[in-house]
Amino acid sequence: MKPPRFEYDDPTTTEEALDLLAQHGEDAKVLAGGQSLVPLLNFRMARPDRLVDINGIEELSYIRHDNGTLRLGAMTRQAAVESSDTARQLCPLLVDALHWVGHAQIRNRGTVGGSVAHADPAAELPVVFSALGASFHVRSKTGPRTLSPEDFFQTHRTTSLEPSELLTEIEVPVLPAATRTAFVEFARRQGDFALGGAATVVSVDESGACRDVRIALLGAAPTPIRASDAEDAIRGRRLDEDAAREARVLTEAAITPTGDIHGSGDYRRGLIATMVYRSLLQAASNRGEAA
Amino acid sequence: MGSATFADDFRRPGMLHATILRSPFASARIDGINAEQARALAGVMLVLTADDLPGGGPAIPMRLFSQPGMEEYLQRPLARAKVRYVGEPVAVVVAESRYVAEDAAELIEVDYEPFEPILDPLVALDAGAPRVHEHTDSNVAGAIVISNGDLDDAFDRAALVVEERISCQRHAAVPLETRGLAAEHDPATGELTVWGTAKLPHVNRRILAQLLNWPAERLRLVELAVGGGFGARGEVYPEDYLVPYCAIALGRAITWSEDRGEHLQATNHSREQVHDVALALSEDGTFLGLRDSFVNNTGAYVRTHGMVVPGMSAALLPGPYVWGAYHCEARQVVTNKTPGGTYRAPGRYEVNLVRERIIDIAARKLGIDPIEIRRRNLIQPEQIPYASGAHTDGNPVIYECGDFPLLLEKACERFGYEDAVRWRREAVKREQRRGIGVSYFVEKAGIGDYEYARVELARGGRVVVHSGAASVGQGVDTVLAQICADALGVLYEDVEVRHGDTRATPDGMGAFGSRATMLGGAAVSQAAACLRERILELAGRELEADAADVELDGDRLAVRGAEERSLSLAELTERAAAAEAQAGSNEPGLSEEAWFQCRDMSFPYGVQLAAVEVDEETGSIDVVRYLVAYDIGRAVNPMLVHAQLVGGAAQGFGGALLEELSYDGDGNLVSSSFMEYLMPTATDVPDVDILVTEDAPTPLNRLGAKGAGEGGAAAVGATLANAVSDALGVEVTRLPLSPSHVAELVRQSTATQ
Amino acid sequence: MTRTVAVTINGATFEREVEPRLLLSDFIRHEAKLTGTHVGCEHGVCGACTVQLDGTPVRSCLMFAVQASGHSIRTVEAMADGGSETRLHPLQQAFHEEHALQCGFCTPGFLMSLEPLIPALVGASDDEIREAIAGNLCRCTGYQNIVSAVRLAAKRFDAQHGTNGSATGPE
Repeated sequence: MKPPRFEYDDPTTTEEALDLLAQHGEDAKVLAGGQSLVPLLNFRMARPDRLVDINGIEELSYIRHDNGTLRLGAMTRQAAVESSDTARQLCPLLVDALHWVGHAQIRNRGTVGGSVAHADPAAELPVVFSALGASFHVRSKTGPRTLSPEDFFQTHRTTSLEPSELLTEIEVPVLPAATRTAFVEFARRQGDFALGGAATVVSVDESGACRDVRIALLGAAPTPIRASDAEDAIRGRRLDEDAAREARVLTEAAITPTGDIHGSGDYRRGLIATMVYRSLLQAASNRGEAA
Repeated sequence: MGSATFADDFRRPGMLHATILRSPFASARIDGINAEQARALAGVMLVLTADDLPGGGPAIPMRLFSQPGMEEYLQRPLARAKVRYVGEPVAVVVAESRYVAEDAAELIEVDYEPFEPILDPLVALDAGAPRVHEHTDSNVAGAIVISNGDLDDAFDRAALVVEERISCQRHAAVPLETRGLAAEHDPATGELTVWGTAKLPHVNRRILAQLLNWPAERLRLVELAVGGGFGARGEVYPEDYLVPYCAIALGRAITWSEDRGEHLQATNHSREQVHDVALALSEDGTFLGLRDSFVNNTGAYVRTHGMVVPGMSAALLPGPYVWGAYHCEARQVVTNKTPGGTYRAPGRYEVNLVRERIIDIAARKLGIDPIEIRRRNLIQPEQIPYASGAHTDGNPVIYECGDFPLLLEKACERFGYEDAVRWRREAVKREQRRGIGVSYFVEKAGIGDYEYARVELARGGRVVVHSGAASVGQGVDTVLAQICADALGVLYEDVEVRHGDTRATPDGMGAFGSRATMLGGAAVSQAAACLRERILELAGRELEADAADVELDGDRLAVRGAEERSLSLAELTERAAAAEAQAGSNEPGLSEEAWFQCRDMSFPYGVQLAAVEVDEETGSIDVVRYLVAYDIGRAVNPMLVHAQLVGGAAQGFGGALLEELSYDGDGNLVSSSFMEYLMPTATDVPDVDILVTEDAPTPLNRLGAKGAGEGGAAAVGATLANAVSDALGVEVTRLPLSPSHVAELVRQSTATQ
Repeated sequence: MTRTVAVTINGATFEREVEPRLLLSDFIRHEAKLTGTHVGCEHGVCGACTVQLDGTPVRSCLMFAVQASGHSIRTVEAMADGGSETRLHPLQQAFHEEHALQCGFCTPGFLMSLEPLIPALVGASDDEIREAIAGNLCRCTGYQNIVSAVRLAAKRFDAQHGTNGSATGPE
């Protein structure tokens, strides 16, 4: 289990990386934290001619509070976000979810952008960014683009990134006060890809009614998807047991996850609906964000 | 910690690296192999296919429990003309680095004509099923029937008969270190050395010599550090032939290390059995008869273990109970999956599930408490020694010691069974259900005829034990040193244990089947006792006293009542050497050897109890409390026994909850990495309480010790299946209890309520 | 195509000409000849190959040697005093006393993962300790004695360095 031969570049600036991608894009693969790509190389299941290693690009690693948004450089290590006071304060949902990503040793190396670009539907970060309505900033020699999660994630492990493009930043809107969030998932072992999960963001007005509701589902489809039926049903209502139960039923009716050796599609459908139910109850009991 | 040399740590100058090209098909004819491109790649030294081996490569023989006709199903080192499982070796490549060897393996073109594979052992039994080995007339490689008592009468008289199909899923030992070995041929001495052997150095030397057609005395096997065995490591596999063969062919040192993907496809699988079991009882829950018919899916080939796994199943299905009649039919079935062998508590993990499940199913129907129904049917102490009527490989199963009721009571008390029953009835969260499970089982320990030991008092007063037993990372050195120190009367710190080099130790069997302490320890104890006599005699001569009056305490020998007349062990060795030199004796120094013979197996026994909470919504199982109670006669080293039982239990949890070697319909192993083959992490296993009792020492060896290696693992599947059945009120009939499976049981349970 | 790399391992710099595809685990084991770092799966799950990269535990099978050039690696060999086994590191000592290893193959990975965490594990519950070691597989021990060893090491660390809540955890 040794990787096949490849050409290797290790640019130190984004511009340099974009030059390389412009030149070799079709045959190259970007190496970020490597926690998903290197296993694929070791199994010889991925065999790019060239790796563009962006670990040396320091300008892509940052956590910034900027004008009502949290900006994460694509090369920011997951562990750095997990232990960042700024991130915890501005976006506790993200930090809660990071706790479920692999194990500490993986998060020490794994990056925020790498996880997004890998686009595994059972991974935590894409789902959380969907729930948060994040923006993905990508660049190439021909210019920058900004994509929503819906536009970015195409299907299972496939994004709308062009071969010449590099994901450079994830921009997360800071939620208003009195927004409640919760992240729940269930995996066969902690640290494994989830069998199912849900990331929930709910803002509640003075009367206690839900205003803005965003529920993103883990493992429900080839990309992160939202539980729109459940969101619609809850909007304007109190976040209580009945509402959560209804959201569960609506979610179960709306999704058709595929099965594998760890759980049938039927099982996952029920499980993901349960995760929606539990995330809503947990959100109901959580304090508001940015309090 | 960090300084031991494992197989892949071992390097020789100019060493080359081997890799194996494996079949991507479960069943296919090989129409041709073109290795020209691979051979031409820079850095490649050798590429071999079956056609390049003498006679196409020898069949790897069974070392235990063979039956006539089974040799038709043996594996050869490289596939000839046909591949029968995904992962079967097709070619071996030797190159200057593993990286290059793998590059070359990819360049080998194999022309396969794939066939529909047979994966289900029950389908393989069909008269019309294609043969996995086309030159045979059946997919049943071997069969065993055990029958005693009047079964028809038992079932006729029964107030209740319960029948069920109960199965155990394929899983495996999966030690954390994969297999690996190195070989080097020294043309000057003509000696071939193989490093990285494990478990059975002497036995494997005989087998390897036969396969290579190489004189055994010019073949040296050396054990290195071993990263876990659990039954799977140390058998002769295709690579154990291929790597030495290439070393001879090239005259270079060669190393091979299995990668994890290969390991999951190549190293013995285990545990896949399907049972049709029936239990006949009287109204008061007395067991009248047990009938079972089962298949053991041994995969594509019969490997070194022959009939061991189904044989052990049939021999120990009766467990600790009295049966009026027992009838068992076992079939060893071949299919297009990875070949099988033993894994810790082989054949027993499976039948403990079957027996303890069917008992609980009956108990529920009769409204009898699970502990009570077991209590009523246990073999009583006055019936010991008890011939169960079963046998294995021609040896009758005789429970030579035991007080089964006593251990059940002790286990219930330790577990707090009554409290647990109350806890189970407490109100809990809506989605939670609580259950309690119990199982009782008889293990076996100490097979393998004999063990060798030599105990030597070396110059300087150090004691050296040379044992034929082997280390598989289980702590055998500590145990043997302790036994030697006790028998000799010296300090444990002064004893050094050596094993695992066929040149240094003339004979031995090894470490398997919980035998190292029982047989290895007994041999050491015997040799040490003889050496003690010689030491005392010699000291008596030197101190001008009767040997009976000399005392050995630590490293000093003194005359009782006249302690000023003394000498140290070191001085004794000096004087003995001088005396020998004077006498011109050719006898070796102070050293005694012993072969401990024991044809009989020992039967330790245990009880396991679990309290679980099942989450109905997710199907997850929280093991709130777990007890392993085990009688091993004598715990030579309680800390090691404890560690063996806890570690075994963790493997049992893996088999009960997580681990499964799953195949798709084409015969591809889906669980082919640690992403899919789920072994327990620290958060997946509970704290296990261990109760070791010494109520029934075995009369079979002077220590009274019964092997402790397998009792932790043996009944976890059974116990958790019983606990989950209790929690949900539906009967678990297969493992693992994955969340998906449990959720299905929950659905059944709600449907029946 | 090869590249020159210079990796500092346990204070010594190893300069080699290597292919970019050479895994860091193979570089440590077979170029630097430090075979205490073990390889159990080569896909980042088992944790046996865990080393510290600039003080942080990472899987050495999921990095290429070229990526470690100019960085500092710490392996299990650096733990015991003078690289010998005569004076064990306090964490190793705790593993030894609590019989937290059987075959010992996984142990270096556990030690490398745990070493920087011990200050944060002072007073931790068993569940927290179990979570801290969940990224390393052990097939022999059932983890119970490893948990005890971590508890012991943390207790001794606390006794030696004292804790007052804030000063214990890593930043």
